[in-house]
Amino acid sequence: MKNKPLSIILCLLLVCFCICGCAENDKATNKKEKLYVYNWGEYIDDEVIDKFEEETGIDVVYDMFETNEIMYAKLAQDDSAYDVICPSDYMIQKLIENDLIQELNFDHIPNSKNIGAQYYESSRSFDPENKYSVPYCWGTVGILYNKTMVDETVDSWDILWNPKYSGQILMQDSVRDAYMVALLKNGYSQNTKNPDEIAVATKDLIAQKPLVQAYVVDQVRDKMIGGEAALGVIYSGEAIYTARENDDLVYVVPKEGTNVWIDSWVITKGSKNKENAEKWIDFMCRGDIALQNFEYITYSTPNTIAQENIEDEDIKNSKVAFPDLSEFPSESYQYLGQDGDRLYNDAWMEVKSADY
Amino acid sequence: MKLFKSKSSAGLLSAPYMAWALIFILVPLGMVFYYGLTNDSGSFTLENITTIAKPGYLKALIRSLRLAVISTFVCFILAYPLGMILSSMKLSKNTYIVTLFILPMWMNFLLRTLTWMTLLEGKGVINTVLEFFHLPTINVINTGAAIVLGMVYNFLPFMILPIYNSLNKIDENVINAARDLGANTLQTFLKITLPLSLPGILSGITMVFIPALTTFAISTMLGGSKILLIGNIIEQEFTQLYDWHLGSGLSIVLMVFIILNMIIETIFDKGGNA
Repeated sequence: MKNKPLSIILCLLLVCFCICGCAENDKATNKKEKLYVYNWGEYIDDEVIDKFEEETGIDVVYDMFETNEIMYAKLAQDDSAYDVICPSDYMIQKLIENDLIQELNFDHIPNSKNIGAQYYESSRSFDPENKYSVPYCWGTVGILYNKTMVDETVDSWDILWNPKYSGQILMQDSVRDAYMVALLKNGYSQNTKNPDEIAVATKDLIAQKPLVQAYVVDQVRDKMIGGEAALGVIYSGEAIYTARENDDLVYVVPKEGTNVWIDSWVITKGSKNKENAEKWIDFMCRGDIALQNFEYITYSTPNTIAQENIEDEDIKNSKVAFPDLSEFPSESYQYLGQDGDRLYNDAWMEVKSADY
Repeated sequence: MKLFKSKSSAGLLSAPYMAWALIFILVPLGMVFYYGLTNDSGSFTLENITTIAKPGYLKALIRSLRLAVISTFVCFILAYPLGMILSSMKLSKNTYIVTLFILPMWMNFLLRTLTWMTLLEGKGVINTVLEFFHLPTINVINTGAAIVLGMVYNFLPFMILPIYNSLNKIDENVINAARDLGANTLQTFLKITLPLSLPGILSGITMVFIPALTTFAISTMLGGSKILLIGNIIEQEFTQLYDWHLGSGLSIVLMVFIILNMIIETIFDKGGNA
């Protein structure tokens, strides 16, 4: 194995690729004010970022994550890497408990009053005194189905276990969402810490595996639009967009109930640009910006001014975008503590590594 | 020709390499061992390593080994004849063809794998074409076969080049001598060509087997996250579950298999040279 210059060059190339993949973001050292934002993928109208930069002169470095867990792992490593982030309910609770985010100064965020009072009320389940977070988007989790491929009424999570749709089902590749489906199907709470109930859900998820086409997160949207699958578990915010792109897609919240989630802006404990972060949150709460964002990402906005100004009456009165939460049972995820996390993660590993 | 008279100047020149090796090889390796052999409170434990014996993890490891062996084998089957064809060509022609094989590597590896996804999908390019001609459609996406395909496609050049290289170096006179002494084509191949190209085969195997064993991107994209490989588990421990200790522990286990692979090769290599 000596004297193989080509092999060596190839090895070096491989190393280079690896390093390039892990390369840090461009943290240029000009003197401009900076703001590091960490948000979900496809969760903002890029023009909004440009507008913010124009109006404030702050340079925004915008990064995206795919699941709350990925976001947490990154933040736990270095809580000063980002200034402002947008996690979901249970993850905010975890961040508060682990002292990774700081209290907001609402005097600097006057537009936060634009957010409907009921959303602050719901936020109390994870941020009891409304001190840490300002809601950005909210919604439900449900089933999106293609009516040309599904001929029965879709009103229960059970349909995701129907062998008729083998290979036509898309599940969420995220531990809490996957377990929510299986737990609610069995009539358990989506926040259960009972190992027996989790075991039943695990068994169900393993039984479901042969029917599942793939476990995906953001790709559910494009795969459903492209007609790749008949049924998919998806966030309500995608329903308007997918229906716009493909007439055959219908979103339903199953009768067993669902998860109601809120994604809110929070500021990290180690933030080096706290003022800029507050400006960012304030900007996001502005009626016109929230509306522009809503029209682009189609995730339900909690901003009352934006809600009033939606031009399309169908969307304004849409039960999908703005559901009446008294019509079906619903709950938000709660942080289950380290032991709870372990319980779910081990069980999820069992599901994912199961043969089928 | 002696470029460096004193030892110190040679040491000075090798300093950047030493620094590189220290910072990017030894320190990370040390960290992997530190994290892998400790728990949250920082005390010594072997638990992270023994976790591999748990059913879910063991299954993923065996699955990874199986797919890596299959991919390496397929790569070899495809690469060896190709290497022989290339080495028998005229020089001007074969450099052109070798470049063709390296060309795809100029594109990003993830992008190329993503392309396979759109090609293989249920309503993807290949099936659309098949449907147009009223042929039966294929259904390989999100299966082990798709993962093997992705691995073979991505790692094939790593097998072709070393094999081609070693075949190219075989002195034609040796082969002619064998034929002269009465060996037929098969005998020449088995007794001369194959043993002399063994070093190339072995480095090809290493360069395909190791990335195939540790990959997580290919299995996520072409396996629809349904087929969990050991690389996926390690990736999840780091990115999703924030358990660096378990992630490192499992990496150590994987290292054992890689080192094992190298030991076997060294033995073969020596045997081949003898």
